Amino acid sequence: MSPENYLILSAILFSIGIFGVMVRRNALVAFMSIELMLNASNLALVTFSNMHAGNSGFVLDGQIFAFFVMVVAAAEVVVGLAIIVSIFRTRRSASVDDASLLKF
Amino acid sequence: MNGLPAPALGYVELLPLIILFAMACVQVLVEAFAPRRVRFNLQLALGILTILAALAAAIANLVRLAPALSAYNQGTATQQGSSLNPGIKVAVGSIAVDGPGLMFTILLLVLGLFAVLVIGERKLGNGVSAFTAQAAATPGSPAEREAIAARNEHTEIFPLFTFALLGMVVFATSNDLLTLFVGLEIMSLPLYLMAGMARRRRLQSQEASLKYFLLGAMSSAIFLYGIALLYGYSGSLTLGGIADAIDANHGYQGGLHDGLLLAGMGLIAVGLLFKVSAVPFHSWTPDVYQGSPTAVTGFMAACTKVAGFAGMLRVFYVALGAQSWNWQPLLAVIAVLTMAVGAILAVTQTDVKRMLAYSAIAHAGFVLTAVTGAAQPENGMVRAGQLSSVSAIVFYLLAYGIGTLGAFAVVTMVRDDNGEVTDLAGWRGLARKSPIVASVFAIFLLSFAGIPLTGGFIGKWSVFVAAWQGGYAWLVVVAVLMSLIAAFFYLRVIVVMFFTEPDSDTRVVMPSWLTLTTVAVGCLATVILGILPGPVLNLVALAPSFIR
Repeated sequence: MSPENYLILSAILFSIGIFGVMVRRNALVAFMSIELMLNASNLALVTFSNMHAGNSGFVLDGQIFAFFVMVVAAAEVVVGLAIIVSIFRTRRSASVDDASLLKF
Repeated sequence: MNGLPAPALGYVELLPLIILFAMACVQVLVEAFAPRRVRFNLQLALGILTILAALAAAIANLVRLAPALSAYNQGTATQQGSSLNPGIKVAVGSIAVDGPGLMFTILLLVLGLFAVLVIGERKLGNGVSAFTAQAAATPGSPAEREAIAARNEHTEIFPLFTFALLGMVVFATSNDLLTLFVGLEIMSLPLYLMAGMARRRRLQSQEASLKYFLLGAMSSAIFLYGIALLYGYSGSLTLGGIADAIDANHGYQGGLHDGLLLAGMGLIAVGLLFKVSAVPFHSWTPDVYQGSPTAVTGFMAACTKVAGFAGMLRVFYVALGAQSWNWQPLLAVIAVLTMAVGAILAVTQTDVKRMLAYSAIAHAGFVLTAVTGAAQPENGMVRAGQLSSVSAIVFYLLAYGIGTLGAFAVVTMVRDDNGEVTDLAGWRGLARKSPIVASVFAIFLLSFAGIPLTGGFIGKWSVFVAAWQGGYAWLVVVAVLMSLIAAFFYLRVIVVMFFTEPDSDTRVVMPSWLTLTTVAVGCLATVILGILPGPVLNLVALAPSFIR
């Protein structure tokens, strides 16, 4: 199977992710969409790494990058869920529309 | 013996980063083991010492590099276009220790030092810090009242601060995209939390934290996809490798894949422009600046902007320098939008912190003019005796950052019974109550407005000259017009403070030496940079461009 297909899949996942962040009102779902964007990037990185390696080469840059992204994503989940949970306990709602004290 | 060879790290050059990282870990341990009584002062002392030690190491690195830098600068006077910049890449090529890298490191550490002083202030809050007694307790709950009555304090703010500063230095000196991304996250994640830790107005603070987090995480994800595309184009993660790939004009499999390059460039630009709060990626800035604890806002406004511009300059000038005809028009448009939105919307604000946030947006636009101009020795755009874009931006960010820290520190001192007064109506007639504080704030505002004899004027002058040298004269004209609009709202605040009658119970509370130092140094530096900028200008002129 041609590696381009993985890139197309990654672009579709990224688009779904960014669309989800923009239209969904629940902070948790928006956050899940962001994770989807990160994973789309992982797929693209690994695919590109594979393509650059060609038939004989040995390139692992993209794969290693993907591991770093996973670690960062895990740290981001910790911070993000802490913030969303504290907001939820205060307001009894995780909707991003309800958090509207600050505006001009 | 066929084990893996140990990589050469360059511990001496990495010392500022190592000190910050090790001490941040020590601060986490202190959090776990030190008794509550001594913890706050211990953490504050550790925070200050860490920054001083890292600063000493960074200055030692600069002193070591200085002869090579000045030799290079004298060489370029006769031989334009040389690309052999002094500096070395350490940690297997992932960290660049070059002139601008060290300048940005030192700038971040100096600004960080004064930021941590304001964070450590306790006298203003009657002996407790400005951070929430218990972040996990719901606002208004019995658990929160109990924590407040017990005078609990979150000293976790100090390790978070040191980690954020570490991330900023990593971001400013990284030489490959992986380190850049990791630095971005180390810098952002602690800031998301710090934004939500205000002691008063906790709902606003939590909301600021949520907004900052969701938008920040989205921008990092976009940034990351841009990295993936650039990697796909070039097959390399190092900035130099990407530049080589652009020069050789090859994509993967030997074909031309300019689409990957352009899309990657655009997506990376989104992430970087978000961090410096450029329009149209600015919408988080006013909300987050207003909702966060004021000490943290000062830190974010000064240091995040420095780190963001350092990373942006390195990506655009080193990796994408050969593509400048593609990104310069784009950045020029963004610079105009940023200056216009920042300056015009600031006029309508009634909250001091919000107004300073829009002012920060406008300042990002002014710096972007120099980024757009890209007057660098390697492309031969710098005229003799003038600063390159990078040097001009370092100076601008110094003048802006030190003034911003001072201005937000003054905001923490203007209080009533409910804490800080940020509504502009409460600032009416402040000069009657405290002429000194009102005058100091006026000096900061005049510097932001770019009035002569302040640091802000010299900073604006240098970035505009850089943009002009780069062939963006029209952008300079627009920028000067926008400065006039911006001057209007700064002067409006001065009028409110000096020429109206006081009609509220706002008072200026005397802080401890911590905040006073930041305000005094900020004020002195603003004036000195305006009257005697020579030594600092000579210093920043040492580091005109990055290593590739």
